[in-house]
Amino acid sequence: MPPEESTNVSSAPSAAHARRRRLSGLIRKEFIQILRDPSSIAIAFLLPVVLLLIFGYGVSLDAEHVPVAVVVEEPSADTASLVSGFQGSRYFEPMMLRDVESAEKALMSRQVLAIIHLRANFSRQFRQPNGAPVQVIVNGTDSNTGRLVLGYVQGVWRNWLERQAIARGQALVMPLEVQQRVWFNSRLSSRDFLVPGLIAIIMTLIGALLTALVMAREWERGTMEALMVTPVTMSEVLVGKLVPYFILGLGGMALSVVMGIWLFGVPLRGSVWLLLIGASLFLLAALGMGLLISTITKNQFVAGQVAIITTFLPAFILSGFIFDIASMPPIVQGITHLLPARYFVALLQTLFLAGNVWSVILPNALALAAFAAFFLGASRRKLRKRLE
Amino acid sequence: MWQRIHALTIKEFLALLKDKRSRMVVFIPPIIQLLVFGYAATFDLNRIPFAVYDEDRSLTSRDLIARFAGSPNFHRVASISNDSEVNPLIDSKRALMVLHIGRRFSRQLLEAGAGPVQIIVDGRNSNTAAILLGYANTIFAAFNTDWQRQAGEATPSVRLETRAWFNPNLVSRWFIVPGIVGLLTLVVTTLVTALSVAREREQGTFDQLLVTPLRPVELLIGKALPGFIIGFAEATVIILIATLWFGVPLRGGLLTLYVGLFCFLLSTVGMGLMISSLSVTQQQGLLGAFLFLVPSIILSGFATPIANMPYWVQKLTLLNPMSYFLVILRGVFLQGTPFHLLINQFWPMAVIGVVNLTLASLLFRHRLY
Repeated sequence: MPPEESTNVSSAPSAAHARRRRLSGLIRKEFIQILRDPSSIAIAFLLPVVLLLIFGYGVSLDAEHVPVAVVVEEPSADTASLVSGFQGSRYFEPMMLRDVESAEKALMSRQVLAIIHLRANFSRQFRQPNGAPVQVIVNGTDSNTGRLVLGYVQGVWRNWLERQAIARGQALVMPLEVQQRVWFNSRLSSRDFLVPGLIAIIMTLIGALLTALVMAREWERGTMEALMVTPVTMSEVLVGKLVPYFILGLGGMALSVVMGIWLFGVPLRGSVWLLLIGASLFLLAALGMGLLISTITKNQFVAGQVAIITTFLPAFILSGFIFDIASMPPIVQGITHLLPARYFVALLQTLFLAGNVWSVILPNALALAAFAAFFLGASRRKLRKRLE
Repeated sequence: MWQRIHALTIKEFLALLKDKRSRMVVFIPPIIQLLVFGYAATFDLNRIPFAVYDEDRSLTSRDLIARFAGSPNFHRVASISNDSEVNPLIDSKRALMVLHIGRRFSRQLLEAGAGPVQIIVDGRNSNTAAILLGYANTIFAAFNTDWQRQAGEATPSVRLETRAWFNPNLVSRWFIVPGIVGLLTLVVTTLVTALSVAREREQGTFDQLLVTPLRPVELLIGKALPGFIIGFAEATVIILIATLWFGVPLRGGLLTLYVGLFCFLLSTVGMGLMISSLSVTQQQGLLGAFLFLVPSIILSGFATPIANMPYWVQKLTLLNPMSYFLVILRGVFLQGTPFHLLINQFWPMAVIGVVNLTLASLLFRHRLY
């Protein structure tokens, strides 16, 4: 039976060929759908631009020109010299007042963040061996800024003491000569530290937003059932959903990195290829998470709600983007391990600011790969050719 | 009229809560997130891992090291004896700081009155680094004062007496937890409202609503009420947890707080419904929700102060309801700010809310698709 033999021989390549055709058909269909409702393109390209601009300019932990009330009850030459220290500092915007009551009112309404209070007997006590006390009150509501302001006040005070000592012809010697060296970010610019983390947060949003609704949409509109009667396998459906959004996501990532480097001047000290690999792994994990949400809920409304609640806030607060993970309680630190964003933030901060440090990159990249495998595997398992 | 609104509200609640998973999403995660975030979101550092590189090995150098090791903020993870060990420790993040005391430290301190000490800090997280330097400088300053006193040197002519009002220990949890109240209320109301009209449009049931005798105002109230009621309920639970569980003081009046909450809900429900009625598909609604949520939170002063932002971004925050609500929350919780000092925070939110609700109800009928 020669004809049967010939079909047997040709069936292997034709099956592969058919699979390729089915897959490319699915991918084309997805791209057409993307073009029809441009919100996906907006998510991939508009969202990173808008968010990076707002974030990059808006998020800063460097306080300058802090408004302070300087209360001098009895002005004299001594008080004037100390006060000039505050007026000359770029950290302060002093507001001169004569009585404490109005300063306290300003502190209450947050017009000023601190009060520097020189009492009436300042000049007299100044000449005595114990020295004169200067009262400093900060508004502690914003504890982080409060602590910064206290540090700045001490800086002004120490500079003033030094100048006084020099004016008297003696050097002010401190027993400890502390030399501080801050590696990777010597100016302690918060932007250099925040921008890599921001890219991770933005990619978290993009990944989930792109795919959270796509499977649910097919179920809701009944097109999933139409797909089921075709020869496509569920793995092909999954890959067909993954590829277009992966390409979009990588485009968004490239845009963010370019903006970070050119617009915000963040150094990229590591290798671009490692960045690409890390970003691809993370994107697979983030898209996989979106697909899993979508596959499990089978309902766009619920999928949208789940995406809102599980992506942004956890990534914002628990990823180490702004709050240090090491100072969280152990249980919460454990929870942070469940977030792909955590690994991506660490990876990006190191790749941008420190370089190719394998001891940081390798474990984080492996964790991202594990997450990608888990989410995609779970989506595949949950995706069955079966009607309820 | 009230009968129709009543019926619509019941229908909205059913649409929202009939699905068990949707019910779960609206109620459970916010409470869990409050607990987790309340502990996670802190700028206070404890047990900073640091390494000691002591070449001097004298009594004085040990005294200095002991001050670090004894502080609750620092935790010694390694002792090294070689320059080449510094790099790997910092690079791999095993230590955030290396305290390096040179060979001639104690001799120079005794002979010249000044001994050199070096600290090397990982600056990848600039905020952590800045806080760490603050802690380290406090320890150095205490060492200096003690040394000068022992050596009988003169004390400085002016000394600082520092105090912090409203939050005497500068605990960052007191600052962050009231912020989380606003954060979660915002997320929950967006969750409830942002997809509600978009879903009906996508499914075609919105057209059916438009041909019923419901007037646009009634439609608006019916759509807005679930967001309000759920927002009020969850905010109340969250405020209770903030005060009873996290022990954040609530010094101001509850009435002030709830007037603020009402204005805030008015603005966020308005925003959510506006986004929703602007979108034709739920995908667009979700995109709109994020485009609203993320900037609202980043530019609210929740984690980074508005005063640090550039001028034009500060102007932008005037449009952000969250930035007003955070001032109210922190004012009422920590400062006990009275009602009349917060009026300038109430009215902008109310205006934003009314404008958005009006726009939403106009869009109900006039959005073409």
